[in-house]
Amino acid sequence: MSEASGLPPVQPLPAAPEPAPDRGGSFLERLALAQRAGGLVAPLLTVLIAFVMGGLVVFVTTGKNPLRTYQAIFEGSGLNWLFPWVSGEARVLAGFNLQQTLIATTTLALVGLAVAFAFRCGLFNIGGQGQYMSGAVLAVWLGSSFEGMHPFVHVVVALAVGTSAGALVGGIAGFLKATVGAHEVITTIMLNYIVLWVGVFMFGLGGPLQNDLQESVPISNDVVEGAKLPVWWGDALLQGLHVGFFIALAALVVYWIILNRTTLGYGVKAVGFNPEAARYGGINVSRNYFLAMAISGGFAGLAGAVDILGWQFRLSTGDIQTSQIGFVGIAVALLGRNTAVGTGLAALLFGALVTGTSTRNLDPEIFQPELAFNLTLLIQGLVVLFVGIDMVILYLITRARRQRPAT
Amino acid sequence: MSDQAPVLEMCHITKRFPGIVANDDVGFDLREGEVHALLGENGAGKSTLMNILYGLYHPDEGEIAIKGRNVRLGSPNAAIEAGVGMVHQHFMLIPVMTVTENIVLAEEPTREGVLLDMDEAERRVQEISDRYGLAVDPKARIQDITVGQQQRVEILKALYRDADVLVLDEPTAVLTPQEASELFKVVRSLTERGKSIVFISHKLNEVLEIADRITVLRRGKLVETLPRAGATEGGLARLMVGRDVLLRVAKTDAQPTGPLLEVEDVHISDDRGIEQVRGVSFIVRSGEIVAIAGIDGNGQTELIDGMTGLRAIEAGSVRVEGKDVTRQSVLEHIEAGLGHIPEDRQRRGLVLEYSIAENIALHDYRSPPASRLGWLFPRRLVQRARGLIRDFDVRGGGPTTRAGGLSGGNQQKVVLAREIERDPKVLIAAQPTRGLDVGAIEFVHRRLIEERDEGRAILLISLELEEVLSLADRILVMYEGALVGEFPPTATEEELGVAMTGGKRSEVAA
Repeated sequence: MSEASGLPPVQPLPAAPEPAPDRGGSFLERLALAQRAGGLVAPLLTVLIAFVMGGLVVFVTTGKNPLRTYQAIFEGSGLNWLFPWVSGEARVLAGFNLQQTLIATTTLALVGLAVAFAFRCGLFNIGGQGQYMSGAVLAVWLGSSFEGMHPFVHVVVALAVGTSAGALVGGIAGFLKATVGAHEVITTIMLNYIVLWVGVFMFGLGGPLQNDLQESVPISNDVVEGAKLPVWWGDALLQGLHVGFFIALAALVVYWIILNRTTLGYGVKAVGFNPEAARYGGINVSRNYFLAMAISGGFAGLAGAVDILGWQFRLSTGDIQTSQIGFVGIAVALLGRNTAVGTGLAALLFGALVTGTSTRNLDPEIFQPELAFNLTLLIQGLVVLFVGIDMVILYLITRARRQRPAT
Repeated sequence: MSDQAPVLEMCHITKRFPGIVANDDVGFDLREGEVHALLGENGAGKSTLMNILYGLYHPDEGEIAIKGRNVRLGSPNAAIEAGVGMVHQHFMLIPVMTVTENIVLAEEPTREGVLLDMDEAERRVQEISDRYGLAVDPKARIQDITVGQQQRVEILKALYRDADVLVLDEPTAVLTPQEASELFKVVRSLTERGKSIVFISHKLNEVLEIADRITVLRRGKLVETLPRAGATEGGLARLMVGRDVLLRVAKTDAQPTGPLLEVEDVHISDDRGIEQVRGVSFIVRSGEIVAIAGIDGNGQTELIDGMTGLRAIEAGSVRVEGKDVTRQSVLEHIEAGLGHIPEDRQRRGLVLEYSIAENIALHDYRSPPASRLGWLFPRRLVQRARGLIRDFDVRGGGPTTRAGGLSGGNQQKVVLAREIERDPKVLIAAQPTRGLDVGAIEFVHRRLIEERDEGRAILLISLELEEVLSLADRILVMYEGALVGEFPPTATEEELGVAMTGGKRSEVAA
């Protein structure tokens, strides 16, 4: 007798008493739900599998020893600085590398939070890139103007305006979602393009914010000395670690506090978990959509401003067009499972990978850095892909739980 | 009935799940031509046992014999092959297809191997239908026939596949009283013709009406298998729960005073813009329970949503303690003194991922003492929850336990605790005992009466007539979006049933 004999082939068990919140919905919705569920095993496994697969690719395509390659990447990231037995010149180099890793971590943590916060409200913010860039554009404009302003005030104003710009761009998507129900994935993608081309126009040839010195170069003016973020570890001339690192740490703490200790976070999470129950509870769902997107955008805008004032100091149309950092934020948030600690750690992982595989840091004897950077992208992609594995693991766990008796 | 070997025998069935034994050495047998009722609370192991019989689970220990032959039921297909048919609570029918098409699905009779032979199929369906007195038109579309008829199509589907053992899972849950008595006729006609029936239920009166023998399960164990003769509702309830249960909650006459909830000529449409509530008016006074009875889908859901601010009211007004809340937000409804126990506690009543403490704060986390100036005090939420968990006897976890981890009854207690703790003037209880077991139902009913006696106005919307009759001081019947009658609590199920199906219209006293 065939499977679909009219009687159900696989009868799902009745939900009670172990409720399985079956909201059906698209893959994205299920993904979002699973991603909000937390847990440690799945992300660790995800990373492990991604590294193993990456190693396989290294071995099969180049015949190099994957372990040696990973070790070289690890050293290139400067994380060996943490080992007390590394000394002398190696330690100086490691320190320098670690500074670069942490600079990247700073940005990644902030753009990761931009995706994570929206996720907690049940929204998929793909607009991190645009929000980041809007923060960068305004920060470079403010930072390169008003020479002679009090440095502290200058920095704070530039950061605040950059954050607000990101919040505005994110808020537009949130507003559209809240008022007319426009899907945030669509609107944030569109906003990415709007910001991108506005930025290109601003700094392009003849653009209103193009630099004053070289007419043929489509780049902004440099950020003035007073508006640069102070370097607290390493040499400012060698791109040492700027105080933006602490801003990112603070943002992680703020993120945790908002979600766990404020009524705002309570509402955002309630909407994210179950909008219907939130509405029943008297929570204004639309308002939370707007706020969540605006706050998300704020994190990304801050990331843009911190990059400009911390190490980049100028913005060319090329930078604007090639930057992908906002999208890496999605991987960071997914891997970090939208928690503060997870996002921080995922940012460190990706920061280390990016730095460890850069031409400057990876020993070409062991592995071609040009290839290695692709390895980073590969691992990044695999992590995002394996969020699906995550889903499988979560599904198996839930199923095991559900296999307890019903009625 | 015959005394020969049982057609179905399940011996020493044990099924373990992580952390729990769902079936512990359970024995169950079914004789040819009998109705054997399987009775038990939620979680007693009824479904597990039947899922084993239907090949969905494999028992860890024990044996199954059908018609004297040992069988291993590895899948539902194997079970069907062995002659077991199952009618689920939720029908598996395709609305746009005809009765016959649904029945032969995946087993279509063919001519010369390729061409569908629907005439032959219709003939067979008609023949089976006639033989068992099912009275189903093989050519009717599923969407055009009643729920009772749809259920008979499910039965036909099993019979078409030569099932001798039919498992009916809570078959009356979706039926009106009239439809239920028709179903009983069908069941009798089936058994007269040699079919054997497992009847799963938690409604004691039905079991006593239809079953030849009754098996009671409690916490995975077989309590007793007893003949119908001599069994009483009270006795069965005691076997199910393990203690004496008040089946009909004791209550004094209502002492209603002033009106607290006034609904006047409201019109409400559903999501598709079709008017589902057509000019409903009524009042609920302090100290009384007014019930709205009706078959599912007659506008009750839209009415509840409208009264609580979750859905726009197109015309008319709703007043809570004299205050017009008609076009106010949900929050303003809550603040005006409206409590709401929603129909679907998992989808709406609770944020399952939130803890008990967080769920209890759902309506008032914005204000002191839960929070101040936007700053939340989780410890206070936990403290408050601890007290309520004690008062409402919520079991299965502490304040920080995820609400989703609780059983249905305990989830409902959390909802109840939250709604009552806010001291609402008006409490709207929508199907407050749906899916709960006898013990939890008793608790909820007792609590609602207590709240009535505290002077609240309670509006009960229920599909269960028994619940309506045992709780209500006045009964309103809703049919096709309008109130078609008011009855005293002394009304009979038959009277209400007739009104619920639009049979008789009596004066509506609003």
